[in-house]
Amino acid sequence: MSPALPEGERVPDGGPLAGLAAGGGAVLPPFGVYLHVPFCRVRCGYCDFNTYTAGELGGGADQAGYAATAVAEIRLAAAALTTAELPARPAATVFVGGGTPTLLPATDLLAMLGAVRAEWGLAPGAEVTTEANPDTVDEASLEQLAAGGITRLSLGMQSAVPHVLATLDRTHTPANVGRAVAAARAVGLDVSLDLIYGTPGESVADWRRSLEAALDLAPDHVSAYALGIEEGTRMGAQVRRGELPPTDPDDQAEKYEIADSALASAGLPWYEISNWARPGHQSRHNLGYWRGADWWGIGPGAHSHVRGTRFWNVKHPRAHAALVRAGRLPAAGREVLNPEERAFERLMLGVRLAEGVPVRGRARDLLPGLITRGLVEAAPAEHGRVVLTRHGRLLADAVTHELAG
Amino acid sequence: MRFSLTELAQTITPAATRPELLRNFCIIAHIDHGKSTLADRMLQLTGVVDERTMRAQYLDRMDIERERGITIKSQAVRMPWQVGGTAYALNMIDTPGHVDFTYEVSRSLAACEGAVLLVDAAQGIEAQTLANLYLALENDLMVIPVLNKIDLPAAQPDRFAEELAGLVGGSPDDVLRVSGKTGEGVRELLDHIVDLVPNPTGNPDAAARAIIFDSVYDTYRGVITYVRVKDGHLSPRERIMMMSTGATHELLEIGVISPEPIPTRGLGVGEVGYLITGVKEVRQSRVGDTVTNATKPAKEALGGYRDPRPMVFSGLFPMDGSDYPDLRDALDKLKLNDAALVYEPETSAALGFGFRCGFLGLLHLEIVRERLEREFGLDLISTSPNVEYSVTLEDRTVVDVTNPSEFPSGKVAEIREPMVRATILAPSEFIGAIMELCQDRRGSLLGMDYLSAERVELRYTLPLAEIVFDFFDQLKSRTRGYASLDYEEAGDAPSDLVKVDILLNHETVDAFSAIVHKDKAYAYGVEMTGKLRKLIPRQQFEVPIQAAIGSRVIARESIRALRKDMLAKCYGGDITRKRKLLEKQKEGKKRMKAIGRVEVPQEAFIAALTSEAPTGKK
Repeated sequence: MSPALPEGERVPDGGPLAGLAAGGGAVLPPFGVYLHVPFCRVRCGYCDFNTYTAGELGGGADQAGYAATAVAEIRLAAAALTTAELPARPAATVFVGGGTPTLLPATDLLAMLGAVRAEWGLAPGAEVTTEANPDTVDEASLEQLAAGGITRLSLGMQSAVPHVLATLDRTHTPANVGRAVAAARAVGLDVSLDLIYGTPGESVADWRRSLEAALDLAPDHVSAYALGIEEGTRMGAQVRRGELPPTDPDDQAEKYEIADSALASAGLPWYEISNWARPGHQSRHNLGYWRGADWWGIGPGAHSHVRGTRFWNVKHPRAHAALVRAGRLPAAGREVLNPEERAFERLMLGVRLAEGVPVRGRARDLLPGLITRGLVEAAPAEHGRVVLTRHGRLLADAVTHELAG
Repeated sequence: MRFSLTELAQTITPAATRPELLRNFCIIAHIDHGKSTLADRMLQLTGVVDERTMRAQYLDRMDIERERGITIKSQAVRMPWQVGGTAYALNMIDTPGHVDFTYEVSRSLAACEGAVLLVDAAQGIEAQTLANLYLALENDLMVIPVLNKIDLPAAQPDRFAEELAGLVGGSPDDVLRVSGKTGEGVRELLDHIVDLVPNPTGNPDAAARAIIFDSVYDTYRGVITYVRVKDGHLSPRERIMMMSTGATHELLEIGVISPEPIPTRGLGVGEVGYLITGVKEVRQSRVGDTVTNATKPAKEALGGYRDPRPMVFSGLFPMDGSDYPDLRDALDKLKLNDAALVYEPETSAALGFGFRCGFLGLLHLEIVRERLEREFGLDLISTSPNVEYSVTLEDRTVVDVTNPSEFPSGKVAEIREPMVRATILAPSEFIGAIMELCQDRRGSLLGMDYLSAERVELRYTLPLAEIVFDFFDQLKSRTRGYASLDYEEAGDAPSDLVKVDILLNHETVDAFSAIVHKDKAYAYGVEMTGKLRKLIPRQQFEVPIQAAIGSRVIARESIRALRKDMLAKCYGGDITRKRKLLEKQKEGKKRMKAIGRVEVPQEAFIAALTSEAPTGKK
């Protein structure tokens, strides 16, 4: 979760779901639950997520009490859905993200998952992911998590190159990534690795080394993100002061192409602009974001989406905890999308996916031009589906603009 | 014997004042030397304006004038003043104080017999003041040298009294010392004006002749024309004739300003006042023209009339293309009050629909632009100012070029450019810096004189084009603000000029074409292409930017193709912000101008065209 909340409308007195039409349609989209854990041991220099170190909190929002707050919020959320007469359904996916969820004891994470199970139920074969820092897991904790229902581990590897990790302020030991992957495998978890490319000072060779190191661990899934240095982060300040060069989009484009080739030839084709997976191992939870599914976000700053209404929680853990303690959903704002906005989001998110997105009318007429310019794949375009080429993926925003008109 | 006040006042009744009791004078001063404050003090002392109704700087009516501390439009105020038991009527004619309005100054001077030369006792005389002083002396005006602001701690009255005495003739002791702020010395000055300024003379029985020294558009009254009667008499309701055009109008109202308009039974020899005829545009009542009786017209005009001639040209374009009709309406309105403003529609591939406008000079341009933005709420882009070139082709056709994009493409035999004679006054320690600047701007030194041990006057001939960019700013910065500049037209001269085009992806961007000296073409090209490379965002393809003279490329830059614009992460919490970002970009794209396939943000054009407009110098 990025720190700044969007501008939206005030949450109505009836709560974030007020005004939504009750009842269900013929086919319901999958329902997912996002559980935010806003704690980290240290804050990384590039990180603009809504996360806090232990020393920054307290006042009813410390780590020890967090699971209880989250459980209470899950109950409030389930009750709100019921009150709104929206059809309740079991969660098809659960994603525990942060922060560093594994800073909390496994019992806390499982308590939160237990609340999801109790309130909504888990669909058969549900995907339950937790993010983890390689230093914060061991065989015992992973075994406990797997036994409690976690099915997937997403590890923040970022890089295999020490000087790159140092620039990113990452404290984990590269060797711990391998140990964590082995431990996860041993208890039957799917494994995903997060990588970051385009860090100032990272050479192309450095990036290749990180990719090779990641592939050597035979992950089921890889997310690779171009580093973005945001205002308000430590690295942002370093760039502003001239202590660090800014990221170079050309360098990042080259590294994206390298990653796409390397991952695809290792048997992990892309399924989203920044995500690659062995067939059948895509993140179903994340696919929900891009396919317009419903999900409920629990925790400070977490976003939710229910049937074209987006809402988001207050950002600070203390404010969040206080609202939940008072028995209120901690929503800070919401937006009810109009049909044009929904259509635009479908396009904006759909072009990110390898499965593509159907277009009609004027947009469809533009496809031949986009194919000629090497931005869109020809074969799916014949059926009116936009699937971006590698070149097109790098220019996804431009393509979105063109198709949206 | 003593007259009663009423009897005294009767002797100076407007339309019936004997010329011997009239004194017509103006104040020649530099912008911030305190002319308006002194005028305020005179209005108070003569009882024309009382303390309570006194608005600071009464004569400067328009906001822009007040903010810039300059007087654009002159006006005339009639003030009673008694000396030795005799009542006099003093007409103070306010003069514009900037180089662009030299002609208007000359017409104001032609309406006077005397001039107060007002100089800041802390700063000494400035170039424009000196130029206006010379004008006054040429017009045989009685010049009364006065040092103002003697209350300032930094005042050096002795030093500058000597300088003034040297310029005007006479002894430093003759230089009056006043403070407009405290009022010190102002009574004495008024007495001096009565004593020293000759009274007007003229033939009361001749056909009426009055010189127009100002003409102002008023929303309620139409054009108000300020005149000084030389011969004869003008009366209400008679028909008058403008001698330059032969146009006749009925005199709806005639009167004096004191300080509000007061209708009178007319104006006689030597008197100064206003006329209202119901015309709606100041160009129907032009500064410098002679007014006469339509039924009994004078044979000869008073002379000195000249059509206002634009010297500097610039394209004005609305930032938002849909404001074009508003811009046209606004210009039409400004024209009512500005006889020198000329404009015609212009279309630019880069900037859309707009107007090519002609101005007297840079200040005039700035004032018009500012009024359009402020009074009419328009957002404008103005192209780099340029002058008018006369291009002779080898087939002897002559083309006048006021817009670089209209530069003829045929074989050119000769190009002539307007020249100016510039006078620069500065402390002598800056002679080197000034000479370097003038030489760099293709100037030739005409002469140099020391006004005093520390102050020097340099005279140069310079191409006007070299002055209209940033010459004055450069001059100020190289002399720590001490130099002052005045210039006047000095014909034209042949010059080795070329037109440099800027091409974006092989298409000429008309707004950036410039006519520059051959020696500076390369520097202009390098600077402009470099600037545009930084300002234009990367496109999906490589975009070459070239500077070319005809088909010869003299500088080249390239904007590399954009390879990546996508957001790496777009999860649940990012979607709303991402959508809003794209919506914002879409709004931004609407304000892009397409040059061929290249999308250029409006801001890039503005940044390339404004303040730091390349001059061919680093």
